[in-house]
This record gives sequence, structure tokens and C-alpha cells, in this order.
Amino acid sequence: MNPKTITFLKKNKKKILEAWVANQLAESALRDDLISNQELGTQSDDLLDALLRAISNEQLDVESEHFMPVVDILNELSITRARQGFSPRETSLFVMSLKRAFYQMLEAELQNDPVLLYQESVQINNLLDNMSIVTMETFIKGREEVILRQTDEMNEISTPVIRVWDGILALPIIGTLDSARTQIVMENLLQQIVETGSRIAILDISGVPTVDSLVAQHLIKTVSATRLMGAECIISGIRAEIAQTIVHLGIDLSGINTKASLASALKLAYSMLGIEVRRTDKKTFI
Amino acid sequence: MDKIPILKMGEFLLVTIQVDLYDRLALALESDLINMVSKTEARGVLIDISAVSIVDSFMGRILGNIASMSKIMDAETVVVGMQPAVAITLVELGLTLTGVHTALDVEKGMELLRSKIGYLPKDEEELYDDII
Repeated sequence: MNPKTITFLKKNKKKILEAWVANQLAESALRDDLISNQELGTQSDDLLDALLRAISNEQLDVESEHFMPVVDILNELSITRARQGFSPRETSLFVMSLKRAFYQMLEAELQNDPVLLYQESVQINNLLDNMSIVTMETFIKGREEVILRQTDEMNEISTPVIRVWDGILALPIIGTLDSARTQIVMENLLQQIVETGSRIAILDISGVPTVDSLVAQHLIKTVSATRLMGAECIISGIRAEIAQTIVHLGIDLSGINTKASLASALKLAYSMLGIEVRRTDKKTFI
Repeated sequence: MDKIPILKMGEFLLVTIQVDLYDRLALALESDLINMVSKTEARGVLIDISAVSIVDSFMGRILGNIASMSKIMDAETVVVGMQPAVAITLVELGLTLTGVHTALDVEKGMELLRSKIGYLPKDEEELYDDII
């Protein structure tokens, strides 16, 4: 950017700010329900301040270190605005509207030099476009973080280890088993085995929609790890279609105890531990 | 060099590994243990690895070797107290230690050994009734 233009812009900072805020207030999309005019003024002032300081280096690259403060302010702004309920479009329009304020000023100043006016306009245009992309990126990044956190939470919540009897643990798996989840399931299960000193773990897969070779692989891994710890694993809840897929895929589960229902798995566990369940004459009705 | 003590308990040998095993120590343990089995004519070997937090494929192989060697000399091997992280690592390495018996802790390991060789001391019978 031309040094003269820069000094001119700096000198007229106040005017630009006024024009910018006026532009924003005139905008039909102004959300005065979400943000007060005063706050809007302060935000605009901060951003313009940082921006004018950054362009004094004549380098108009948003990625460069001179622009770090500007990018920081934009990130902050994008996050707070997203929380306040602005749409990403509105946030990026906020930055774009600065463009018009710059043009208004430059148009008046560089009336006699159309070539320079054009050059400066293009540069400002590029710069502000980049800045608005930054706000967009931050917005998306923020959303992604939320999604990631929720995935983690879902994984945590969805793998409860239940102690059904002294020495018997049950682990109902609901939803698709992928590598990351298997890891969590395995860790939880093994940890619980150590803590409770249980000898038998029942993995109930009736809530797993499909079993492909990868899921089977994960199940086999879990069973092997349980065995290494010194406990025995029973897989229960194998539905007809899952049995079909397993056989069609040629997966060998012969070394693993499998049962159709949790009830029969529990029965097997009892017999493995030498526990007997039987009816008595005494009945209690609640 | 460190040495891992091998304790004789009746018909069984008890090895408690308290340090992280490095390769030479593991090799020394292997030969010491097998010599001890042949000397004492032990019927069972119990290896407690509850304090071991790091394993590699070599360690896994040594455990497998000890089990096979003892088996040839008519002694059963039980590995007890494996940490969850260790179990996961071994599975990821593809070492499922076939031929090695496992148990949750020393007590259950001893019980398993006794049942394997068909030996249960009379006065302790009642003691194990309540363990499920």
C-alpha cells in the first residue's frame, strides 16, 4: 500500500470509524436486539485501531505477524458474537462493511488519481475479504470443538460397566463400534475388572446395529485382553442377522463363548462360578 | 546386575516382578526360573506382574517361552495381576499368550494352579469356598 494512503487513513481514523459505524447502523440486518450501539462502537474502534496499526508495515498479509493482533481481535469477536447468537453471515458482514467506509474516504481523497485509487481499492478489498474469512474460520473451528467435545462425552456416557453379580460384569454396547470406541470400551472394562476383581465379563452387543469384520476384530481384541488379565469374556446378544454376517464374512469366533441373550450368558457365568439359582417355596410379592 | 527373586512355596514357585523388565533381566529370569523348576521339581509357576507397567514384544515372548518350557517340565504357568494398559498393549502387538494361564491376583492364581494340578490342601478347603 502506498505510504501516503496509509498516513492519510491513519489521520482520518475517526472519520472512517464514524462512517463505518453509521454504515452498520443503517444496515437493515443490524441486530440491535443482540448488541448495544455502544458495544458495537467499541468493537469497531478496537478492530480499526489494530488494523491501522498493522497496515503501517505496508505488508498486507493477514498471515504475517504484524496482523496477529488483528487476527486475535477477529477470533475473539467471532466467538463472542457466535455466543451472542449472531449468524456467521452477520459477523462477516460486520467486517465487510468496513470496506465501504474505506472506499468512501479514499474516493474523496484520490479523486485525481484513478489508477492509485483502483490499486488501493483492490488491496483493501483483498485484505478485508481475508479478514472476513478469518471470522468464518473461527466460527467453524468453534463449532468443530463443540462437536468433538460432544463426541467424547457420548463415548464416555455410552459405555457403562455394570456389576450384575459378585464377580460378574456386564457391558452393554450400544451404537457402532469403531476403533476409538473399542479403545474406550476396552479400557473401561479392564479397569473395572481390576477394581472389582471380577472373573467374568459379559459383552452384550444387542445394541450394535451391524457387525463387520472390523467390529469383530475389535471384539476379539477385547476378549483377548480380558483373558490376559485373567478374566473370562462372554459375548451375548448376537442376533440372527449378525450371526449370518459373521459366518458369511468367515470370522472365526469359535474360541469365544457366545450366547444369544444376556440371560443365557448370565446362566453360563453362574455355572462357571459354580453359582446355582433356583426357586424356593417362599415368595415375596411387592 | 539386578536379580529377580524366585520364592518356593510348597509345590509352586512364586516370582514377583517389582521392576520394569529390561531384556537381559528378562533373559536371566527365564533361565533362573527354568533351572529352579528343574531343581525343585515344582508343579506350578506363578508370575506376578502387577507392578509391571511397560511391556514390549520381547517381554511377551519371554512369558510365552517360560510357559512352554515349564509345560515341558510338567509345571503349569499362571501370570497374574496384569495391568489393563499392559493387556491392551500385548493384544495390539498380537501377542495373546496362548498357553499361558492368567488370573486376576495372586490368590486366584494360586487357586487356579491348585485346581490345575488337582491338589487342594484339606484345611484350606473352607477358606476358598467363599471366593467366587
